[in-house]
Amino acid sequence: LKFDSGVLLLSTHRLIWRDQKNHECCIAVPLSQIVFIEEQAAGIGKSAKIVVHLHPASSNKEPGPFQSSKYSYIKLSFKEHGQIEFYRRLSEEITQRRWENMPTGQTIQVNKDPKAGRIRAVGIVGIERKLEEKRKETDKNISEAFEDLSKLMEKAKEMVELSKSIANKIKEKQGDITEDETIRFKSYLLSMGIANPVTRETYGSGTQYHMQLAKQLAGILQTPLEERGGIMSLTEVYCLVNRARGLELLSPEDLVNACKMLESLKLPLRLRIFDSGVMVIELQSHNEEEMVASALETVSEKGSLTADEFAKLVGMSVLLAKERLLLAEKMGHLCRDDSVEGLRFYPNLFLTQS
Amino acid sequence: LFQMSKQLDMFKTNLEEFASKHKQEIRKNPEFRVQFQDMCATIGVDPLASGKGFWSEMLGVGDFYYELGVQIIEVCLALKHRNGGLITLEELHQQVLKGRGKFAQDVSQDDLLRAIKKLKVLGSGFGIIPVSGTYLIQSVPAELNMDHTVVLQLAEKKGYVTVSEIRSSLKWETERAKQVLEHLLKEGMAWLDMQAAGEPQYWLPALFTELYSQEITPEEAKEAIP
Repeated sequence: LKFDSGVLLLSTHRLIWRDQKNHECCIAVPLSQIVFIEEQAAGIGKSAKIVVHLHPASSNKEPGPFQSSKYSYIKLSFKEHGQIEFYRRLSEEITQRRWENMPTGQTIQVNKDPKAGRIRAVGIVGIERKLEEKRKETDKNISEAFEDLSKLMEKAKEMVELSKSIANKIKEKQGDITEDETIRFKSYLLSMGIANPVTRETYGSGTQYHMQLAKQLAGILQTPLEERGGIMSLTEVYCLVNRARGLELLSPEDLVNACKMLESLKLPLRLRIFDSGVMVIELQSHNEEEMVASALETVSEKGSLTADEFAKLVGMSVLLAKERLLLAEKMGHLCRDDSVEGLRFYPNLFLTQS
Repeated sequence: LFQMSKQLDMFKTNLEEFASKHKQEIRKNPEFRVQFQDMCATIGVDPLASGKGFWSEMLGVGDFYYELGVQIIEVCLALKHRNGGLITLEELHQQVLKGRGKFAQDVSQDDLLRAIKKLKVLGSGFGIIPVSGTYLIQSVPAELNMDHTVVLQLAEKKGYVTVSEIRSSLKWETERAKQVLEHLLKEGMAWLDMQAAGEPQYWLPALFTELYSQEITPEEAKEAIP
């Protein structure tokens, strides 16, 4: 049996080969059997080919030209032309997998071959075999991981329940619980990542850890703050600190919680929250209101400035530049011209020239 | 409390065991991370609340997301002058992947969203705005209320929107539409095309697909790390 000269057809469900002379001779492979395909370029004396790697045949496969094969792939040889386009189309069909959504149409009559049997790919070392094994192993790992994860979550859930009941007892026994115990409870919650059932915050809970962190930050940030005019946004701090750490990074909440404690621990830095919600760290020695006076001078010199322009002039981030100008406006030194061209600040002549 | 302390120790041991077997899975498999996060949320646990938490220390989930947070902040800062502080999740994803390099772990859009949710607490205006099928990420403290959001969603389809479209789709008065559009212009999130045939078009640079593949220039990168 030779399948030398024919036409290759592609449907949404199958790859079909039909003999050129005897149109009744047709063989087909379901696209679902294909593991992957690869191209083989033409060369001297060789035609361009597509190699189609296949899954082992299923037991209810339709009869075909061969009972079995030692190969797990077939080769399609394009003697005349069409390899490139066909490869592209076949790839598309394999990717789209439309056969999964569409019921099959009529089946083409298969060649009534005397050797009716099944194609069975008996490859010992088949790429397809390796892929299949790898996939099974990955699946096994994942399902094991999920099982273990579920069990772990059950235990975690118990911890959550326990913390709730303790929180309730604390509420009832108002005042009967020592400060030391409160601190310990908070640190347990922190370890588990459970929101404080009493205050409903996961941040602002001031544990030992955050106190230490606050002190560390005071040390780390002193110089960077001085280099940046005494003020930095919290996002800048977050990036700076975590980039420096490399490992065991701070969560955003850790940073905020620690910064909230700066003032009470009498450290040389403080957390400030502007009206807009923007959060900054300032040196204690920094006085934003004084900076406003110099900002007013700068704006007056130039007549008017946008936040962008001011930022470039002074060498600040746009975020902080804007906050300073807004503060100046709040204090009455500047007034705004809010147009579609942007927000521009002018010295408040109403104030100075009344 | 004593009981809690004991159970905590036990839990820590369980977690250590889990970590020794499956730590890799969390780092390498985005789908597994999603499952993990969803399960934690269901039982009321936030594994990303603190770097000092067990989850972070033993599974290393913390470092993964906190570092991602840094990368997100830097990309948003670098591109802010182009798009006014609004960026699609897709573009953010692409730029972050570029920044991470070839050998870094795979990062999914779900990962980005979780990292961004945590960044909100830093007060610099991080927000997530749903628009048909995807999200716009806001990274500046501009006030965007429901009106603004709904116009952004409308603009997402074509990358721009006109006053007429707003009037017909949302049934608003012209004044209301104009106010919203002007606000977006002022914030730098929209650009005005007066030359357009018919009526002026308000374009969102965040949605310019041609800009997606554009590298972050050295000047922009300097902006990112002040």
